[in-house]
Amino acid sequence: MSLIDIAFYFFAILIIASAYIVVTSKNIMYSAFALLFTFFGVAGIYVLLNADFLAITQIVIYIGGILVLIIFGVMLTNRITGVDIKTGTMSKFQIWMTAILCVIAAIGLILIFTQTNWNTALSPTKASTIEDIGTLLLTDYLIGFEIASVLLLIAIIGAALIARRKTN
Amino acid sequence: MTINLEHYLILSVILFCFGIYGIITRKNAVMVLMGLELVLNSANINFVAFSRFGGLNIEGHVAAIFVIILAAAEAAVALAIILNIYQNYKHINVDEISNLKE
Repeated sequence: MSLIDIAFYFFAILIIASAYIVVTSKNIMYSAFALLFTFFGVAGIYVLLNADFLAITQIVIYIGGILVLIIFGVMLTNRITGVDIKTGTMSKFQIWMTAILCVIAAIGLILIFTQTNWNTALSPTKASTIEDIGTLLLTDYLIGFEIASVLLLIAIIGAALIARRKTN
Repeated sequence: MTINLEHYLILSVILFCFGIYGIITRKNAVMVLMGLELVLNSANINFVAFSRFGGLNIEGHVAAIFVIILAAAEAAVALAIILNIYQNYKHINVDEISNLKE
């Protein structure tokens, strides 16, 4: 096994184990912290796939932004002083049905992915992808780029407006 | 055995199914949001894997960036809505919230 194989299996096991903790932990705070390791593992996978800019973006936006926001949400919506930090789940029967459904979906998708004869052509590796991404964003994807900026502005204003306490 | 496209696709399938499982089984709205982030991450792994192995070159990265932008906007708005629900109901169990207006 080469070093890149070992790195892939390390990140894959990290992602799968922490994702398992995220969806099964009874304490919602443990779930939030396990999500941190999932995001780090995905960033490592991006590095293995030669996506350096995306890996940094993943760490900055997901871990620095979304995860902090989620932890704020957990803290603001649970009575920390009480015992009510646990998150409720459904009955045992419903959980087992969901688990079986998910396993069936996983097996089906894995069969599709492994049976399909993908048109694989290895992309040329470059020292850095940042320049190409910047060129693409300001040429072919310019409209999407501008719409995304407007969307972020709308999201900021909307979120501030919705979360504000009503004062009469 | 070298790592190829199928390995990354199978990893993203497993992450996707964990996310779906979390979305369906959890009652807490913040937990549903976390499951959603897992699903978006698995889609992103697919985009980047195809851009590396599928000859998509760098365009898959741009799609993944747009997904990350949407995830950030969605998390902000969703948490604002969750805070508002908490002020009205004193809990955020998604199965008990059935009123649009009090």
